[in-house]
Amino acid sequence: MAEEKLSVSKIVKGTAIDHIPSGRGYLVQKILKIDPGARAVIIANVDSGKYGKKDLIKIEGKYLTPKEVNIISLIAPHATINKIENSEVVEKSEVKFPDVIEEVLKCPNLSCIANAENEPIVTKFIKVDNALQCHYCDSLLKQEEIVNNLKV
Amino acid sequence: MGSINTGNFKNRDIVSAKDFSREELEFIFDVSKEAKEKPEKFRNALKDKIIAMIFFEPSTRTYQSFQTSAKSLGCDVIGFSEPNSSSYIGKGESFHDTIKIFENYSDCIIIRHPSAGSSKFASEISKKPVINAGSGFQEHPTQAMLDLFTIRSEFGKIDSLNIGLVGDLRYGRTVPSLCYSLSNFDVRLNFVAPDTLQIRPEVEEFLKNKGIEFTKQSSLDSLVNGLDVLYVTRLQKERFVEPTEYFKLKGSYRITSDTVKNAKEDMIILHPLPRVDEISNDIDNTKFAKYFEQARNGLFVRTALLSLILS
Repeated sequence: MAEEKLSVSKIVKGTAIDHIPSGRGYLVQKILKIDPGARAVIIANVDSGKYGKKDLIKIEGKYLTPKEVNIISLIAPHATINKIENSEVVEKSEVKFPDVIEEVLKCPNLSCIANAENEPIVTKFIKVDNALQCHYCDSLLKQEEIVNNLKV
Repeated sequence: MGSINTGNFKNRDIVSAKDFSREELEFIFDVSKEAKEKPEKFRNALKDKIIAMIFFEPSTRTYQSFQTSAKSLGCDVIGFSEPNSSSYIGKGESFHDTIKIFENYSDCIIIRHPSAGSSKFASEISKKPVINAGSGFQEHPTQAMLDLFTIRSEFGKIDSLNIGLVGDLRYGRTVPSLCYSLSNFDVRLNFVAPDTLQIRPEVEEFLKNKGIEFTKQSSLDSLVNGLDVLYVTRLQKERFVEPTEYFKLKGSYRITSDTVKNAKEDMIILHPLPRVDEISNDIDNTKFAKYFEQARNGLFVRTALLSLILS
């Protein structure tokens, strides 16, 4: 199915997220906590000249905050964000891997204090070379382990 | 103790050995040396202060040496060393709330806790300085300071030493802190352990980024004769899935007089203690054995740290 032949109605005002790795559209939807009542669509396994297959998400009436844009990079490092107004793309941006990630990931170290129940603590990871490092216990989370450690 | 310069240590947390530079460590060692040689200068120097020691895990040396240091400085000591006797376990109080309570009652909180990151979290909660006395298998920074103080006392330097670390390098909390502290010096590190108990990836990454030369191997045999320092840690039986694997391996890392028969004349053997049987008793009376002196040095280093933080 060629991308240009998709017959999904255009959104008037909102966001289209392109170049999501195939199969991860639902994860992006979850990580963005898109309201189940929102007018949104995930288009899965679209042919992509650059990546073979990809997913797309279109969300009516929602613009992403810079923090939300950066969180997408955890699971879709090559995603592009299209801001749409009056059915036209008015701004196109690429995701940037954040230097600090709070809340969305769980620490892989089961004995980390950030995994403790009954404690008012949120997980926090710092970007280091080719990995993320837990701010509390120093454990490393490799890029390929990120998806399995999402709190979604 | 009025003449001691407390530098930038006042009210400082001691959470990770990574937070201390070479200059700061050297300064701590200078003050520790003074505490060892002139204890009268430190006696009752902190007589208005209250130290909270909250130990959620058992401890002998660390607890007793902090307590002895605090008492010799004239501090009152409050807290617990048996978590079952506190509200933390008994009434289900959170770690967070326990810290908030002791923050109100004391000038400094010394914590041992089974969770990695516990001291970091506590330091973010507490307005009072926090000292990490063991955070799960993550770190034990004051142990590293006394380890380096002992090495410096024995050799007069730390640079250019060839150091072997043997045993459970993955789950022993003293090892990461020791590596982080030694990374401030020009040393060569040799990690001797079975693959499953080798140093953790984050420690290895840290050393690589600092440009520290290190090797990893499973046998001590070809290494021991070239070492200046042999740092022995306990193989912990509970870390092995198969008990038979533990019994098979534990003998391989046991240090006996035969192990050190061709060692350098001035090599020293350190151990954070407690030992089980990884160093045979016949080593105790040799010139190599410095682990009891090392434990004694804990008193002086902790006296120095408390004085620097609370003076």
